[in-house]
Amino acid sequence: MIIDFVLLFFVVICAVAAVSLKDLLGAVIILGAYSLLMALLWTRYNSVDVAFTEAAVGAGITTVLLIAALSRTMRHEEAPEGRAPGAFPWFSRITRLIPLGVVILTGAVLIYGTLDMPNFSDPNAPANLHVAPYYIEKSVPETGVINFVTSILASYRGYDTLGEVTVIFTAGICVLILLRRRFHD
Amino acid sequence: MTEHVIIKTISRLMIPFIQLFALYVIAHGELGPGGGFQGGVIMGASFILYAMVFGLEEGRKRISRKTSDFFSPTGLFIYAAIGIFCILGGGLYLEYDRLPLIGDAILASQLGIYGIEIGVGITVSAVMTTLFFEMARRDED
Amino acid sequence: MEMIEIIAGKFNYWIYISLMMIGFYAMIAKGNLIKKIVGLNIFQTAVFLFYISIAVVEGSTAPILLSRAHGALTPETVIYTNPIPHVLILTAIVVGVSVTAVALALAIKIYRAYGTLDEYKIAKMEQEAE
Repeated sequence: MIIDFVLLFFVVICAVAAVSLKDLLGAVIILGAYSLLMALLWTRYNSVDVAFTEAAVGAGITTVLLIAALSRTMRHEEAPEGRAPGAFPWFSRITRLIPLGVVILTGAVLIYGTLDMPNFSDPNAPANLHVAPYYIEKSVPETGVINFVTSILASYRGYDTLGEVTVIFTAGICVLILLRRRFHD
Repeated sequence: MTEHVIIKTISRLMIPFIQLFALYVIAHGELGPGGGFQGGVIMGASFILYAMVFGLEEGRKRISRKTSDFFSPTGLFIYAAIGIFCILGGGLYLEYDRLPLIGDAILASQLGIYGIEIGVGITVSAVMTTLFFEMARRDED
Repeated sequence: MEMIEIIAGKFNYWIYISLMMIGFYAMIAKGNLIKKIVGLNIFQTAVFLFYISIAVVEGSTAPILLSRAHGALTPETVIYTNPIPHVLILTAIVVGVSVTAVALALAIKIYRAYGTLDEYKIAKMEQEAE
């Protein structure tokens, strides 16, 4: 319980730091730490497959790709000068506060929406009562695989995984089309 | 260049073990946490580590453009082909119980899941390698 | 008090929502394109955290079949975490890294074309080019 709170606290600190740093290399490295702390938090929530994937993909591949992109572009965020539209000085101050207002409004609406949700870690929540017991009971007799997540991913919902591999392949092709110079070799 | 000796030596020692661990994670996806995606990403990360430590040209000599371009769709093809084999055996698309030439339905299901995990691992590792090499290249203009 | 019960049951969700809003703010308020992509990643990971927290069940273990007793858990009395959100989030994480890769490739192309990554400067350049 204490570990959960300490991890959540550090996760929020990392998110705020990654957003507000002007040095983009520092922001990317803190994003890597954010992904790793998320993976630890998911391990605390017993989601081992998801934590494994997030540690490998989030803290590994995303950080490397962001640093590679930074090395080809600029390292420091440019200072916001000469951006204000309009002639009145107070108008520019208001337009700078509009994103903050939108974010606070969205957050308030979402918090109002969670008042209807079941409590955290409730065993009688509707999400845990309908399809999940069927998969847990029938996984070994029907597919012979003891890891329920793999049996759902590969056997019960195999079409989704086929689509996911297609998405990865398409992303590889898109990056090839955008960035490769010479196609004859 | 003496400050790179430690990194180069440790990488040379660690990369075979990283790749072995990646194969272990792909093969044991049914028995514990892991599976095709996680193992494929770890395998791609081993190639990226080699390219980062020893230079991009040296990395491209080991994993040429043709290799990574060839293996990207191969995994997806294996995945789709296993589905077609299930139709040939008399079932629906991706119904592993009806794979031909295997008698037991549970064994056929486990082999089908194993086959598609291998396909997913091949595609994911090849695409991660391609993404890194294309993004980290120096501009040639 | 009913208020304390509501807060004790739901404040986890409120922390996750505040994380989402930090990422959302970075996406819409910052001008640098790479900062927007960093905000996108923070937003995505916070949404996954919110979704996984739905799967948590009190006193449960990882969703892998228990074949023999481990301490207090026996194969007859064990409760497993809900495995379905894990499957959906596995797909979502991988799709998220694909989107990040394509977005970074586009940012590199934009930098090559305009020489800057600040969206306001690019908009001004586009306006002056007309």
